[in-house]
Amino acid sequence: MKEYITLAHGSGGVEMHEILEKLFFKRVSDRFKRVEGGIGIDEPDDAAAIPIGGGKYLVVSIDAYTVNPPFFPGGNIGVLAASGSINDVLMLGGRPIALLDAIIVEEGFPLEDLEVIVDSLIKTLEEEGVALIGGDFKVMPKGQVDRITITTTGIGISEGPPITDNPRPGDKIIVSGYLGDHGAVILLAQLGLQSSETGLLKSDVKPLTKLMLPLLERYRACITAARDPTRGGLAGVLNEWASKTNTLIVIRDADVPVREPVRRYAEVLGVDPYYLASEGAAVLAVREECAVEVLEYIHKLGFTEARIIGEVRETDVFKGYVATETPIGGLRVVEPPRGEIVPRIC
Amino acid sequence: MTLGFYSELEKQLRFNRELAKIVVEKIKGLFTEYTVKTGIERLKIMDFCGTHEWSITYYGLRSLVPSGMELVAGPGCPVCVVPSHYIEESIKLALDGVVVYAYGDVYKLRARRSVRGAYSLSEARSLGGDVRIVQDILSATRDAAGHGKPSVFIGVGFETAAPAYAWSILRKHLPVNLKLLILVKLTPPAMFYSLEVSREKPTEPPINGVIAPGHVSTITGAKAWTPVSENYGLPVVISGFEPLDVLVSILEIMKQLVEGKAETVIEYKRSVSWHGDLRAQNAINKVFEVVDDAWRGIGFLPKSGLRLREEYRLYDAFYEYGVRELKPVEWEKDMPPGCRCAEVVLGKAYPTQCPLFMKACTPQKPVGPCMVSIEGTCAIWARFGSRDLLLRITNEVKTSKG
Repeated sequence: MKEYITLAHGSGGVEMHEILEKLFFKRVSDRFKRVEGGIGIDEPDDAAAIPIGGGKYLVVSIDAYTVNPPFFPGGNIGVLAASGSINDVLMLGGRPIALLDAIIVEEGFPLEDLEVIVDSLIKTLEEEGVALIGGDFKVMPKGQVDRITITTTGIGISEGPPITDNPRPGDKIIVSGYLGDHGAVILLAQLGLQSSETGLLKSDVKPLTKLMLPLLERYRACITAARDPTRGGLAGVLNEWASKTNTLIVIRDADVPVREPVRRYAEVLGVDPYYLASEGAAVLAVREECAVEVLEYIHKLGFTEARIIGEVRETDVFKGYVATETPIGGLRVVEPPRGEIVPRIC
Repeated sequence: MTLGFYSELEKQLRFNRELAKIVVEKIKGLFTEYTVKTGIERLKIMDFCGTHEWSITYYGLRSLVPSGMELVAGPGCPVCVVPSHYIEESIKLALDGVVVYAYGDVYKLRARRSVRGAYSLSEARSLGGDVRIVQDILSATRDAAGHGKPSVFIGVGFETAAPAYAWSILRKHLPVNLKLLILVKLTPPAMFYSLEVSREKPTEPPINGVIAPGHVSTITGAKAWTPVSENYGLPVVISGFEPLDVLVSILEIMKQLVEGKAETVIEYKRSVSWHGDLRAQNAINKVFEVVDDAWRGIGFLPKSGLRLREEYRLYDAFYEYGVRELKPVEWEKDMPPGCRCAEVVLGKAYPTQCPLFMKACTPQKPVGPCMVSIEGTCAIWARFGSRDLLLRITNEVKTSKG
């Protein structure tokens, strides 16, 4: 049977990992999967690292943004494209210094909208001290692209070994704040349930520089894994970690910060907040002995909703599983994301 | 009572761990009492709504109740029981140029036979058919009014879906180009049937009590279930959907069992009354007639479905497009080879007892209807863990070190 690409292949879940494996990881020979001494697609993360001497690394990320609608409560595709790539660099342990962008826009797109988008992108970069050092700009005939897509490459320097997501048994899982805001906002906008301009619930899109730079400086050795839970959400990140390290990750529903309206909307729409994207939150695995100190420090940095939500456990039987304790004390499995959750979320 | 009161109540019923602990202890106490009294060590309680099964699995209730108590799901998945024939007819419509509106899981449901190369409405769309996913009939109404093209809405559902379909006609919301393919099924006949099956060929342990539908009962009223307690001698509790609702319902069933009673009782009092929603019942009776209907995997059950009455033919896709009804002699199980969905739907088998579960049949590539619908037991177990897995993992979490 002839196979076709489906939307599920782009949802950041099981299907996407399968197609990436088939299209790339199998085809690229092992010695070309990284620059020697660095990190590449052998660690299928959002970013890569190249050693530059003196124990330092150049961190590079790339991401294409197709969010629909391009303007949403709390931001637009410009802020998203800048923040997303900055965050991808940060999560590998890099300090973002520069960004390149490639914009493809549809013929007939309002110039003033494009100006707002580009202004937002530039403003985000300036606030974070990140230079815009290059890019591309193309226009496609009407109907051949939906309004606008932006691809950005983030560049940063890692002062030490990059964080390669290797949580160990005993490590605590910390989240930096409310989860699922962005995913809920986009889903509501796509369903026409909340207006793009006046919606009450806002996307959490933001660069995580103020969180990650001080953390990296002070606690780099404590952090065994760091990710921003975008497509696939918290469930995606934790399942990747558990299966990569053959551990069992156990969290507690009652400790996972989800805003009440997000919880409610998700329930009405039949989606689980653990699978909804965040664009301004981090999930960290932190060594047990520093966990409380790290959490207090994160609170001091202004991320007051940060919480320890669970831990990594050694297991003989349940390798690669994520389980959660429900509010009333039961247990359920948190499966990896599958199928098409919300298309064009970022 | 205010909305604030209900939202606080709901919070308590979902999050109150202390209360849950107390109820669980009481259930355990009554279970022991029952065992001492009767010598019976294993009990089975059947839930009927996909949403109850969802709550039980999502909140991990199986890991809380006594180990001798099994909670098993019944036929409460409206999409699971749609015969392949009607999916094939819908595919035909889509490929013939009619705009077809379907719920997400109806869109994915696979037919047994392909129609011009398409096994599902989703495949019909890849082949050029105009199939649109909607959350409710209102969205279909609005969309169809906008484009004016010949359109059909696939009206799957139980009693809960029927009032909205009826009102769309009575309140004249339907644009002339939108016709309804009404495939509504009635739940009491399916419940009686599955209890009949279990009476004739009892499972081990047999069914000892029933958690009856909450949403359906808001329409039908609790009275619809009295034949279950009267004819089958089983405690029936109409339950809400929060985890504590379900636990309290289990407690009530245990109480009746210990006292040797078999009554129909409402736990979900904040929504369900004894007589139900009379306005909705009137609308349904006005627009629909009750017919013998085909249930995929189960059979042709007498007086178990709704179709539009003749005077509403103007809105009827069966009439407008000559969609053929399935005849009783043509009914077949419609299940793919190896698939045990039919038994899962009747509470006779757990998904994990099916050779295809999570092997050939996964949420990504569902084979049987129980895996397609989000209300199907197989799909729920695939998402949140099977009974066996949860019980073992609970044990591991209790004993393993962090």
